[in-house]
Formats: sequence, structure tokens, C-alpha cells
Amino acid sequence: MKKVNNFTWLIGGPQGSGVDSSANTFAKTCASIGLYIFGKREYHSNIKGAHSYYPITVSDKPVRSHTDSIDILATFEKETLSLHKENVVENGIIIFDKDYNVDLNPNKYTLVPLPFNDIIKEAAVKFQREKDYSKLQIMRNVITVAASLSILNLDVEYLIKTLESVFIGRRSKLLEINIFAANLTYEYIKSNSFNKKSIYELRPTENNENLVLTSGTTATAIGKIAGGCRFQTYYPITPASDESEYLEAHPEYGVVVVQTEDEIAAICMAIGASLAGVRASTSTSGPGFSLMAEAQGWAGINEVPVVIFNYQRGGPSTGLPTRHEQGDLEFALYAGHSEFPRIVLSPGDIEESFYLAIESFNLAEKYQLPVIFLSDKAIANSIQTVKSFNLSNVKIERGKMLSDQDLLTLLEKEGRYKRFKITEDGISPRISLGQGIFWNTGDEHDEFGHICEESNNRTIMFDKRMRKMNTIIKELDVSLKYRMYGPENADYTLIGWGSVKGPILDTLEELNKYYKVNFLQIILLKPFPSEEILSLIKNSKMLIGIEMNYSGQLCNLIRKETGIKINKRILKWNGRSFSREEIFKGVIDAINLDQEKIICKSGI
Amino acid sequence: MAYKISDLKTDYQSDWCPGCGDFGILNAIMSALVDLQLDLNKVVLVSGIGCSGKTPHYINTSGIHTLHGRDIPFASGIKLANPELTVIVTGGDGNTYGIGAGHFLNAGRRNIDITCLVFNNGVYGLTKGQASPTLKLGMKTKSLPLPNINEAINPLVVAISCGYTFVARSYAYDVKHLKEIIKQAILHKGLSLVDILQPCPSYNDIHTKEYFEEVVNNSKRIYKLEETGYDGEVKDPNNNEEIQQKLLQAIAKSQEWGEKIPIGVFYKINLPTLTDRLKERYKKDINPSKDNIEQNGKPTTDISKLIEEIEVKRYIRG
Repeated sequence: MKKVNNFTWLIGGPQGSGVDSSANTFAKTCASIGLYIFGKREYHSNIKGAHSYYPITVSDKPVRSHTDSIDILATFEKETLSLHKENVVENGIIIFDKDYNVDLNPNKYTLVPLPFNDIIKEAAVKFQREKDYSKLQIMRNVITVAASLSILNLDVEYLIKTLESVFIGRRSKLLEINIFAANLTYEYIKSNSFNKKSIYELRPTENNENLVLTSGTTATAIGKIAGGCRFQTYYPITPASDESEYLEAHPEYGVVVVQTEDEIAAICMAIGASLAGVRASTSTSGPGFSLMAEAQGWAGINEVPVVIFNYQRGGPSTGLPTRHEQGDLEFALYAGHSEFPRIVLSPGDIEESFYLAIESFNLAEKYQLPVIFLSDKAIANSIQTVKSFNLSNVKIERGKMLSDQDLLTLLEKEGRYKRFKITEDGISPRISLGQGIFWNTGDEHDEFGHICEESNNRTIMFDKRMRKMNTIIKELDVSLKYRMYGPENADYTLIGWGSVKGPILDTLEELNKYYKVNFLQIILLKPFPSEEILSLIKNSKMLIGIEMNYSGQLCNLIRKETGIKINKRILKWNGRSFSREEIFKGVIDAINLDQEKIICKSGI
Repeated sequence: MAYKISDLKTDYQSDWCPGCGDFGILNAIMSALVDLQLDLNKVVLVSGIGCSGKTPHYINTSGIHTLHGRDIPFASGIKLANPELTVIVTGGDGNTYGIGAGHFLNAGRRNIDITCLVFNNGVYGLTKGQASPTLKLGMKTKSLPLPNINEAINPLVVAISCGYTFVARSYAYDVKHLKEIIKQAILHKGLSLVDILQPCPSYNDIHTKEYFEEVVNNSKRIYKLEETGYDGEVKDPNNNEEIQQKLLQAIAKSQEWGEKIPIGVFYKINLPTLTDRLKERYKKDINPSKDNIEQNGKPTTDISKLIEEIEVKRYIRG
């Protein structure tokens, strides 16, 4: 019996050789027949040459994570074969260049040697481009994808449709030759009956759910545009830059994007723009976020709304600049000296990134403080089919922002405008530069914003600012604090934040065949919803923290905020994100082994 | 009704030392504003850290007193978000040429339309007189335990070389001259630097009022460029030859220091500002602060085209 519409396909190759575009073409074609996709981009910090790879998991049900096991391994170079063949399942398919002398067991795998050079030569002759032979090597990508889809018995028409959507603009002149190469590849596969040997198959489905196929950085960028962000700064850094570049590439939405000289300038400029009444943000990763610490304190003491998007990557220092980690939580909670009000929140996936990006600006303006949006590389660079974005339930809330008329009324009543007027909820009416006169200073200040070192004022003003943290906990909707998945009264509660959500949700159903398990995803990390979380976890038989960092930073935070110690931790810090298999095995081990930490190490 | 200097004073008490050059600068800024009669709601003073950083608190316009060395990025964000605002930066030499040097340089690449006034006294006054980036090698001001071990930078040359389109120097105690230079700098469309020689009576016992105003060879040490026939302005910004000539002239002139110290406009050219460049990129005037992002709490931005770009297109064979 054939396995239909459920498998993991992986392509690997040297960085810069077209691995990403192959994966995107394959993913897009599978999505076009109604299937769900999750793809993970894994690359070296290098421009050309080092090994990169991209697994695409395909399913007829929503899918949110990658798998360690590979059903179809497709490549045109040897390194990928040697690195990844151990992960190919029995009877899995391996597509490789027939000119390579490889040592693969034909009894274990379905081997598909492809005549890449013959196909490229034939296409070159047909289109009279023999002299471009070396340039045309890039067609190895299309040939690899065509071979894969052909083996999976999907009609070539679907691939052609995708190619037509990919080879557009100045690339459109390459369309015909690529289609030609795709057809030749299909003929080769069929004439050698490789498709009959395959245990996997693709079949178009009736699914007509309204989906988008996108990455975390793109979803976040679109969220920013929808949410009214009109000023974005950045200093180039992996994996955050993609988001800023997306905004820069769409000037028609009027977002002013400034590439600054460093991340200090990036955050200071964003704060400046916010003072002039514009929704402003900056996007960075760990090293840049470190440089932003001092200015966060300035935004805190001056109560300026600004949103900082930190796409975490492997640290400390340069760490693993293109790899995965959730290592910045504790730093984000405390970055900067002394204490000031701030919000730290984390989206669990690509879809949440879109809505939470919008909400971040609402929170920043309502509570007049810096908001830290903690995403990570596993969300930033992955692609996924998610429900199309819908603005019908989205609100824009600008809080106590005064209109010119409001300001006039206030001035008539109170005489002078006080930017830092003491209020019960800690939030003062806000005006923008250009509307009226006010002062800000990084020094402690009086209600007008003038420097004030007087001790009583200090006590009152500090308390006024920090009071906003209680206001937030009181006012915030529960959906912005946490989400619970799975059975209500479970024996075992998994706890995580950020991108671990995907592989956990993809495992939850299977786990519940053996144990009663649910999953608590924490979204709001500061101010921490201590009482709500305490009541959710205090009766659990076993709590299992799952985090992509060394010490279990969320577990430590929960201990601090609720007093509850999480005795089981599934941790991973090798720079690769959690696979579905790892979460499954990790939870089973956590439940059964007398061992506090389960360390995961999968990934190449 | 026109406003006067007295209208510009806040009730916030100054805490500068008696005799500080900063008082002269404060007066010159206020006099310039009175002369220009700009709408005070649309004027923003942005400062860094140090004695100069307190300036905005003394003037009745909006004042943003920021972090050490970061005044230029804050000011840039403000100006880009609302180009209708007049943005004036008041920083010190340590602030701008030391900790903020990276921003000082890179602002030049943007030619953003803001005015940078640098209170240059050669020392870090507020921390009790350490050497600043403009104190020359071997100098020993009274609070230094040993002579300065670093060479000084020449801020005028730096500004000219990295794209400032208005580069001038003035002197804190010549309020009239300084006021005129500040007015020109504010009115100039593009990035302006006014480096202001500012005696620090508490910590710099070398560059004192007496030093700057001393008569050397029958004339004051400080002299005005405009009185010597020097013309730093590029008349035709499309004429590369003229630009080269004026640049070299300005760099040569800015090396003059010692017996004679020139003040005035060293270099000036009219070139597209960052706002002009953005206008070209966006094909319209860009003022993000005027963008209506919501109506009755609902977002007004139509993102349907962006969604279409990433939408999964089902392909059903015909």
C-alpha cells in the first residue's frame, strides 16, 4: 500500500546553490493540491559553499514541525548524501546524481540515480545555450524537484503551474527552458519506472481551506504594516534582517525603513519616531538586542511606546548566528540597569506572529512602554501553511493619546500639560512632538519631564511607572497571556514558550494515546501572570518544561513567580530546533525516567 | 503675537557653573528662535548627556534629553517621523565626537535636515574634567593628573568629509555671531554642524575666555571668516570643480589653530536631504506622523495585495 500525502522530503546542497528555491518550489506545488506544509531552513553562516538543507514535511492535516526521519532525500551533491542518509527511513527514496560513485544499500532504499548532466545538456542544445552550460547547472534544482514530484506520481502540470508563478519578471525568460528540463526529468523517471517503486504518493485533495504559505519574518512584517507601524529601523543581522527587507521592498505602504549604523542608533531612532506620534519598531537578534539595553531603560523611564523584535539565535556572543536557540528570555526580562516597566511576549508560531505583532503596538501605546517581541529563528526562517490572515477581529488601540482638541480641553482645564501626570493606573495622557510642548529626560523627572532629584518625587514617580505593570495584568485578555491545549485535567502538563509550540502540538495527540497530557503555552512573560499560571499548574501530577536553551529559563521564571519548581525539563541547545520525534521521546522519558533533565541532540 | 526671549525661559532653574560658556549658547539659541519666530510647538530640542544636555530644560519648546551620545539618532527619528518639525541637537564634544562619534559620522551620509550644535570645551565637565576628544595631545588642563596622552580630532574636517552640508564654528561669548550662525544652520536644508568654542571655567584653564579673546599680533586670536573675504558656500552643487575647491579650502582653513582661530561658515552646499531622497523612493511626500492608521479602532491599511502574494493558490486540473 502506498503512503499518500504524508512524508518528509529533504533537499540539501552547498549554500548558494539554490536549496531554498528548490524547497519553495516543492512546497508550493504540494500546497497547490490542498496539502499542509512545514519547512525548516537550516544554513551555515557562510555565503557560498557550506552545507545547507531544507526539510519539507507534507501532510493532509495541519502540520507545524519538522521530523528527524526523512522519507525522500533529494540532492545533487555528495555531502548531503553522507550527512543525511542515516536519517532516511527503510524503503525511503534517495535521489542523487548518477555520475557519483556512491555506496548506498539498494535493499534498504529506493535509489534514484539521475542523469543531471545529460538533461542539462539536452536542454542547452534545444535552447541553443551550449555556451551557458555552467550557468545552467542551476537547473539541477528544478530537475531535483521534478524528479521528486514525478516519483510521487503527481502530474507535471502542477509543477509547471508553480514554475509559472516562480519564473516571473526578469526571470521569466528562464521559464521555458526550466519547463523543458522538468518534462525531460519526468520522462526519465517514468521510462525507468522509478515512480512504481516508490511507496509514497501525492494525490490532489478536496481541501479548500483558505491558506497562506509564508515565513515568520514575512508574517510579522505584514502584521506590522496592518498594525500601523510606519517606522522601522534595523542593522543587518541574521535572522532578523529578512523582516526589515520585506518592509523596505514594499514602499507603497509608507513604512519608513532606516538601515542604521548600529543597533544603538536603531532603537534610539525608533524611540524618536515614536515621540513624534508614529508607531515605531526595530528588529534584531541577540547581539543587537544586547546593544539596545540602555535605550530600553530610557524608553521605560520616559514611558515611550516602542516595539523591539528580537529574533533569537544561538548565543552567547556570535554563538551560532544562523542556528536556533531560545536563550534570551532571562536577558529580555531584565535588560538595562535598574527597574522599569516593560512587556515581554512571545509568539508560538507564524500565525501568532502576525496577530501578536499588531497587538504589540497596541500594548506599547496603551501602556506607554517598550514591548519586547521575542521570536526565534525557528519561527523566523521556517515556512508553514497557516490560515489566511484576517483583520475582522483586529483592533487598533492607541490608549491615552490626545487629539489636538483633547489637548485644548485639557489646557483650558488644567493650564499646563503634564507629560508625566500622576494617575491611578499609572498611565498619563500622551501627546506627540509637534502637538504641544513637553520634556523628556533619562534623569528622574517631575510631572513636566524636568530633571528632579528630590527624594519624595522619586518615590512617587517610580511607583507611578511601575504601577502600570499591575494595570496590565488586570486588563489584559487571557488569550494574550497563555494558551492551554489538550485535555483539561491532564496528569502531565507540558510547559513551553515560543517556537516549541509546533513540535509539541504535533505530538500531543500521539502522547494522549498513552498518557493524559496537555500543553501550557506561555505568551506573556512580563509582567508574568503569576496567579493564573499558579492555579493552572498547582494540581498537576507532573510538570515538564520544554525549552531550547541550556538551563530552562522559563522553568526558572515560573519558580520565581509562582514558587512551583518544575522538576522535569526537556532541553536542547545544540543550535537545532526540536523535532517531533524528540518531543515525543523526551516526554515519554521524562515521565518514566528518574532524571531531571532530558537533553536533546538531534539535527545536523 | 511675536514672542520674546522672556517667553522662551522656563521656570526650571539652571545649574550651570557661574561664568559657563553655556549661558552664551543658551542666549544665542533663544535669540535665534526669537528672530526666526518659528512655531514653538514645532521646534524640538534634542540633547545628549553632559552640561550641554540640560539645555532643553531651559527653553520653552519641547525638549528631549536623551542618552550619552545618542541625541543624533533620537533627533533623526523625530525628523523622519515628522519632517515639519525643526529639530535642533545640543550636545557636547565628549557626547558627540566621543561616545556618539559613530552616529555623528553616519548622520552625514544621510544629510538629514537637522541642526547639531556642539558645545565644545575640551573636557568632560559633568564628570569633573577628564580629557575630551577635542583636547590636544600633551595638554594638561587643571583637573588632569598628567598631560593628555591622545591626539585631538578635528570635528570640522570630520563633518566636511562625511557629508555635512553646513559646517561652521562659532564662539560662546560672541552671542551675536553665534546667533547668526545658528539661524543660518536652522534655515539650511540639510545637516548642519555648528562647533561652538565654549570655555569651561571650572575645568579647562587653557581654553579660557581670555585665551580666545587675547590680542595676538594686533588682533584678537578669534577672527571671523566673513571679515576676511572667505566664502565657503558652493554656489553650483552640480559643479564638481567648485565643490572640490571649496572642500579643500574648508579643510585647509579648519586646520588653522593657535595664534589665529577662525570662526564662521567653513563649508556650505545645497544637496537633497534624506527626506528628499525618501520622497523620490516613495514617489510622494513622506510624513508618517500624518498617516491615519485607524478609523474607529479598526485598521485602515489594506493588506489584501500582500496576502495575495503569499496565498496558497489551489490548482485544479481542468
